[in-house]
Amino acid sequence: MSTPILAVREVVRTFGGLRAVDGASFDVEQGSITALIGPNGAGKSTLFNVVSGFLSAEGGSVQFEGRRIDRAPSHRIARRGLVRTFQVPRTLTRLSVLDNVLLAASGHPGERLSGLLLRPARARAYERKTRHRAHELLELVRLDKHAQDYAGVLSGGQRKLLDFARVLMTEPRLVLLDEPMAGVNPVLGRQLLEHVLQLRAEGGMTFLFVEHDLAVVMEASDRVIVMNEGRVIASGTPTDVRSDERVVDAYLGVVPPT
Amino acid sequence: MSAPLLEVADIEAGYGEALVLRGVSLAASAGELVTIIGPNGAGKSTLLRVVYGLLRPEAGSVRYAGEDVTGVRPEQLTRRGLNYVPQLANVFPTLSVAENLQVGGVSLPRAERRQAVADMYEQFPLLAERRRQRAGTLSGGQRKLLAIARALVTRPKVLFLDEPSAGLSPQAVELVFDQLAAVKRRGIAVVMVEQNARRALALADTGYVLDMGRNAYVGPGRTLLRDPKVAELYLGRSTAASSSTSTSAPSGMSEPT
Repeated sequence: MSTPILAVREVVRTFGGLRAVDGASFDVEQGSITALIGPNGAGKSTLFNVVSGFLSAEGGSVQFEGRRIDRAPSHRIARRGLVRTFQVPRTLTRLSVLDNVLLAASGHPGERLSGLLLRPARARAYERKTRHRAHELLELVRLDKHAQDYAGVLSGGQRKLLDFARVLMTEPRLVLLDEPMAGVNPVLGRQLLEHVLQLRAEGGMTFLFVEHDLAVVMEASDRVIVMNEGRVIASGTPTDVRSDERVVDAYLGVVPPT
Repeated sequence: MSAPLLEVADIEAGYGEALVLRGVSLAASAGELVTIIGPNGAGKSTLLRVVYGLLRPEAGSVRYAGEDVTGVRPEQLTRRGLNYVPQLANVFPTLSVAENLQVGGVSLPRAERRQAVADMYEQFPLLAERRRQRAGTLSGGQRKLLAIARALVTRPKVLFLDEPSAGLSPQAVELVFDQLAAVKRRGIAVVMVEQNARRALALADTGYVLDMGRNAYVGPGRTLLRDPKVAELYLGRSTAASSSTSTSAPSGMSEPT
């Protein structure tokens, strides 16, 4: 078996006396779609924050593509190709919707004066390419009509969709999605899901997502990791996990219909 | 049947030049649960903001208990018996659970407030266990429960909720929806915006589908659930038995402009 794209080992993170993440370990395989589920307060979002560098781990390690990232700041982790969305989206409200997406593209040759002066054609070509991609992504999340509007006028659900477009704009290798379906209309949610499956199939992108919609989890994921009280209590295929007694007790309450 | 407790007629509203609502009407009676669904950006949250006095409409009226309350400020509406749980920023993160509930009931006399807060602990045992914990350290789902309890402290006659189930685990969703059904049985009118559309329509006495700032469909929740047009445009296909290889996302769908 190849090296996992993400290896989380015995990660600990506390808030005061609360052990939000209490020795969690798991792997995410390259090219997989892995779901992270668990009751509210299980530590899922905290774990996301640790993996993406928004919080430091107090113990344990995180490896991305074989390299330790648990001491790296979030922007450096993002540049290496690991990006995340937020449960509550971070939107730059005083910029246009389009500029929000364009800003996510990194490595623009025009960012450096030397690149701009010595290779202006290259900077222009890059600009054309990123604009084209940004428009494509806005179309995907149905925000193309709002491209020139201030992002501040978008509704809560639309900001979530904008966040999704921004993440894909960075051309990541591993994407962490924090409740991508919450607050998104089910018809559109399904289309986003199709797109995720397509990105995985065509570009080999890897996804790790927190989601409470179990129908989506069962349908989209190859593997499911179940957290409770800061630890991983089970992992396996959706079918394995659904019939696992510990999971039913901690999370599902009842066995969901097949 | 008596006249509706809440009557919203022909509302037009927006932000600056962007008109979001283009003539929306809605009614809710005591003990009725009303669900509003629709695509992102349809104007669902904006409608709640207008009805709760957070946004002044350009046209149309809001009547509550037979009186015109269009443009009345939220704190006045709260005293008259309306309350609102926003989608985000719905608790005070630096205050404890207990303090959040007390702030929620700040318009009540002290003794009544104490009783109302105690009632909330009884209805939401999870909050009783965590009464001293800072709201900012609660998980997303726990915070949502606190926000709902905070709004119920004033014993409203009409409760507005913007996506109460978003971000909740299946068990917590059940808990919240059970609570809302119980709230409704106590004679309170519940008006909620939801993206968990199937579940919320199944619970609703009346469902409204909003699209592009207009009423697209209105009817009993279960009737809307069975309407093939509504299902195709707004609910997505039933997820229970679908396979991941299918690409049957409704193809004929184009967002009306």
